[in-house]
Amino acid sequence: MRQFFILLKREVASFFYSPVAYVVMICFVALTGFDFYFAISVLNRGPAEVTLVEVFFNLLPFWICALLTFPLITMRLFAEEFKLGTIEPLMTAPVQDWQVVLSKYTGALIFYIILWIPSAFYFPIFEWITKAHAALSPGAYLGSYTFILLLGMFYLSIGCLASVLTSNQIIAAILSLAAIIILFLSGFLSYFVLNVTPGFRDFIGYFSTIEHMGNFSHGVFDTRPIVYYLSMTVLTLAVTYQVFQSRKWKS
Amino acid sequence: MIKVENLSKRYAGVTAINNISFEVGKGEIVGFLGPNGAGKSTTMRILSSFMPATSGTASIAGYDVFENSLQARARIGYMPENVPLYADMRVTEYLNYRAALKGVKGRRIRERVGDVKELCNLKDVENKIIGALSKGYRQRVGLADALVHDPDLLILDEPTIGLDPNQIRQVRELIKNLGKRHTILLSTHILPEVEMTCSRVIIINKGRIEASDTPQNLLKQLRTAGGIRLEAKTGTDNGVVELAKITGVKDVTAEKDGEWNTFLLRVEANSDLREEIYRLSVDRRWTVRELSRRKATLEDVFVEITHADI
Repeated sequence: MRQFFILLKREVASFFYSPVAYVVMICFVALTGFDFYFAISVLNRGPAEVTLVEVFFNLLPFWICALLTFPLITMRLFAEEFKLGTIEPLMTAPVQDWQVVLSKYTGALIFYIILWIPSAFYFPIFEWITKAHAALSPGAYLGSYTFILLLGMFYLSIGCLASVLTSNQIIAAILSLAAIIILFLSGFLSYFVLNVTPGFRDFIGYFSTIEHMGNFSHGVFDTRPIVYYLSMTVLTLAVTYQVFQSRKWKS
Repeated sequence: MIKVENLSKRYAGVTAINNISFEVGKGEIVGFLGPNGAGKSTTMRILSSFMPATSGTASIAGYDVFENSLQARARIGYMPENVPLYADMRVTEYLNYRAALKGVKGRRIRERVGDVKELCNLKDVENKIIGALSKGYRQRVGLADALVHDPDLLILDEPTIGLDPNQIRQVRELIKNLGKRHTILLSTHILPEVEMTCSRVIIINKGRIEASDTPQNLLKQLRTAGGIRLEAKTGTDNGVVELAKITGVKDVTAEKDGEWNTFLLRVEANSDLREEIYRLSVDRRWTVRELSRRKATLEDVFVEITHADI
């Protein structure tokens, strides 16, 4: 366990060794800021049945921002180690494979959480200035951020898998972006397919990220998506672990 | 310290090492020699648990590198070829991280990292970013990393490749000093280095061990080695024919430079025929301006073993 935390510390710090982390953070704040501005202007158009929190987490800039960050955070993780050969000193130190895989994944997750922290201040500032409520209940905040965490856990694990498959960061980024976009768009399948049966629409609904976000930002804690995202995370990480072992042995 | 039995490694279609066995005792400095692609790095990678063998076993201090990999790894300081390092970390930061990762605890980390920085002359670059260091310094960071947890066994893959002559000398001295306290297995192409530092040499070719002995014994076993160089004016004589008549001479080659001839004689191992050649020259009234003997080196051993057909 000691080894895991030593590895984790380096993984988190490694984001900040290069300027990449700072560029990503600044762009992220700028983009979510835009999103926040859009959300307020939507509400300014007239009476609406949604709260600021709901609008903020469901607009297009939010999704662009969210989906693009995953490949950026994860593309480096394994691909760079294989490319530079640093995997060799790493794996000849007395560390276990699972410690390496999990520390890289957890490091990415921690950086992802750090990225979202500034957005949490938008709403109190809004309430302080406008003296209006940004959400109807604390559940909406809790739901929104819980979902962002769930989404991050699953999609970052996809990024890890993509990164462990190749030594090329660009290929890793493209693979994970493609996989994430396909998963995201599959939620819209019922809009594109003709003659949708209600059963099919329900079935697709289980996978529809956008529908999940809608519910959670409403403050509705549905356990089905929670189970879905957590189990998919575990599955993807297990595959990542297997691929990592076989790649290490072949190198 | 190291025990290797019937070890083989096959990649898709290629046999990198083929059924090799050897042992390295505590306190030995063993040089691993072989042409490119002979299987040196593969063997070292298996010993350091980076990759598994296809068949056979290897153990470090009694710990199997596959079954008890963690214990085996904890006892090895391994420096891979080309020394891959995290380019964006600082030297001290990197060594601290590596020390902790290899199980050095708490306050001992500072102490050990300080020691290895001293030992490898890294004090003046300790706060620099590794990516900005020259090749020689990077090599030394790699060596410091291998040493930081004070392992019983050092496995160094080409520790002096890419260094300038001064740096090579420094690293060689360092390795010699380390040999007093550690067991060392090192691979290299640079043969004088092995003669100077190693107590034993293992020559590996095409995945097989061809020889394993002290440098001195290997030289003794040479079938043909060394030679004699003669520069003389032979007048009308055919020097090549005359010289070849001396018993013990295996063959003679000549080069003409005006009136002067330079003869290179290959002789039986460890024989010194200078006296006979001198007498011949006197008898035939040759004018001699050089008569010298070239002693066999490990290079001859290496060439003989790895290119049996030459």
